[in-house]
Amino acid sequence: MSTAGLRFTESHEWLKVDGEEALMGLSDYAQHELGDIVFVELPEEGTAVSAGDVLATVESVKSVSEVYSPVAGEVVEINGDLEDSPDLINTDAYGDGWLIKLKLTDVAEIDRLMSDDEYEAHTKG
Amino acid sequence: MVACVFGRKGYVLNVETSVAKTALYDRHVAADARIVDFAGYAMPIQYRGIVDEHRRVRSTAGLFDVSHMGEFFLSGSSALESLERIATNRASALVDGRVQYSAMCYENGGFIDDLLVYRLGDSYMLVVNAANKAKDLDWVTSHLLPGTEFRDASDETALIALQGPRSEDVLEAVGAGSFASLGYYYAARGDVAGRTALVSRTGYTGEDGFEIYCEPGDALTIWDALLEGGAPLHVEPVGLGCRDTLRLEMGYALYGNDIDDTRTPAEAGLMWITKLKKGDFIGRDAIVEKRAAGLTERLIGFELEGRGVPRHGHAIVSADETVGVVTSGTFSPSLERGIGMGYLAVGTDGPIEIEIRSRRLKAKLVDLPFYKEGSVRRA
Repeated sequence: MSTAGLRFTESHEWLKVDGEEALMGLSDYAQHELGDIVFVELPEEGTAVSAGDVLATVESVKSVSEVYSPVAGEVVEINGDLEDSPDLINTDAYGDGWLIKLKLTDVAEIDRLMSDDEYEAHTKG
Repeated sequence: MVACVFGRKGYVLNVETSVAKTALYDRHVAADARIVDFAGYAMPIQYRGIVDEHRRVRSTAGLFDVSHMGEFFLSGSSALESLERIATNRASALVDGRVQYSAMCYENGGFIDDLLVYRLGDSYMLVVNAANKAKDLDWVTSHLLPGTEFRDASDETALIALQGPRSEDVLEAVGAGSFASLGYYYAARGDVAGRTALVSRTGYTGEDGFEIYCEPGDALTIWDALLEGGAPLHVEPVGLGCRDTLRLEMGYALYGNDIDDTRTPAEAGLMWITKLKKGDFIGRDAIVEKRAAGLTERLIGFELEGRGVPRHGHAIVSADETVGVVTSGTFSPSLERGIGMGYLAVGTDGPIEIEIRSRRLKAKLVDLPFYKEGSVRRA
C-alpha cells in the first residue's frame, strides 16, 4: 500500500489524518524489525493522551515494545481485530493492522511529523 | 516503538571488536540473517521469522549453527575419576559412544553449568554453554586429579544441529544414512558429505535430530550439503530465536534463565542427572542437606489462560502475595499461547497469576513438556 499522505515519527509510528481524527499504527519497517507479533495491548476508548505517552504495547516472540502517541488527543476507537489476529500488523501495517483512531487535540501538531519520504530517509540513516 | 532486541536486518556486527565468527558466518550473512552478539559470537538469531523457523523444525527439519558451544576433552588414567568429581551424573555408566546430560555444581550446590558428556574411547568430551566457557574452563582445570589431561577444542570444532522429524531422511540424502541406526543419546564418528564428523543423536528441540561436530574447515561443505540434500523437505537454516522457543516448549532448562549459581539440581527438577549414590562429588553434601531440610521452591511449568506473553523476571502471584518468579517465558508457536517456567514456593495452593507489567493474568500449572507431540527418541 502507498504511504503517500501518511505522517511518521522517529519511533516508527504512522498517522493518517482525516479531518480532526487520525488512524495510527506501526510502520512496515517497524513490524519487520519486531518480527512475528503475537500480542497487542491497547488502551481503552476514551483515554486522553499527550504526545509521547505510551499508547500501546506490542509483543513479538522475542521482544516487548511500547508504542508512543505521536500527538495529543483522545482514543476514540481501537482495532479489536488485533486481539485475535495481532499478526495483521505484520501482514498489513498500513491497512488492517492499524492500532488506534485518535481525535486530535490540535491538528497543527501533525506538521512536526515526517512525510513518508523523510521517514524512508530516516530508516536508511 | 523502541527497544528492538534484534539488530537490524542484514546488519553486520562490527567484527573489528572482540566478537568471534563461526565457520558458517558468511553463510548467515548471505542468507540475510539477523545477527546478534551472543556470548561473544556473532550468531544468527533468525533468518525469516522465529515462528516460521520453529514450525520448520517441528514439521520437517531445520539446521542450526551452534558452533559457539564449548568442547573440552578429558583424557588420561584418572579422567573418569576427575569427571565423577566435577559432574553430577554417573560418568562411569557411559559406554563408548554414549552421551549423557549432566551438570557441574559449586560446593554449595549451585549450578556452574549444565553440559553433555560424551565417552569417546578412553577420553571424554564435555560440551558446555558458550556463555560459560571461560568460567567452566577455569573450574574444570582447577579440579582435575593428577593424571588427567585437559584440552579445550572449542576453537577447532564447529557444531551443526540438524533437528526435525525428517532428520534421518536428510542424512540419507547426503550419503550418511548409516547414522539412522544410532540410538537416542549415542554418537559415532563417520562420513557426512565426504567429510569426517562426530554425529550425535541429541538435540535441544524435542524433535529427532543429530548434532554434527566437525572441523571448522569442513563445516561449509557439510552445511551446504545438508541444505541441498534437504531441499525436497524444505530444510532451511534456523536461528537461535526458535532454538529458545523449541526448548522451552519441551521444558528444557536454559542456563542463565532457569538454572544458575543460585539454584541447585534439587529445586530445578534435575535430580535425575544428579546421582547421590555414586559417591562423593562437588556439591553433593549441599544438595543432600538442602533436600533433608525440605525444598522451599520448585521449578514448575505454567500456561496463561488468557492472552499475553510471560517473560523472564515477571512475578508469580497467588492471593495477592508474590510466590515465585518466571525464569523463562514465551509465546508458544505450537500451543499458540503464553507459556513459561519459574520457581514457585512449595506449598502454594490455589490459583496463580503472572504479573505482566501492570496486569495480572491467570495461569495454570501444567506438566512438562508443554509440547507432547515431539518426534524425539527416548532411550
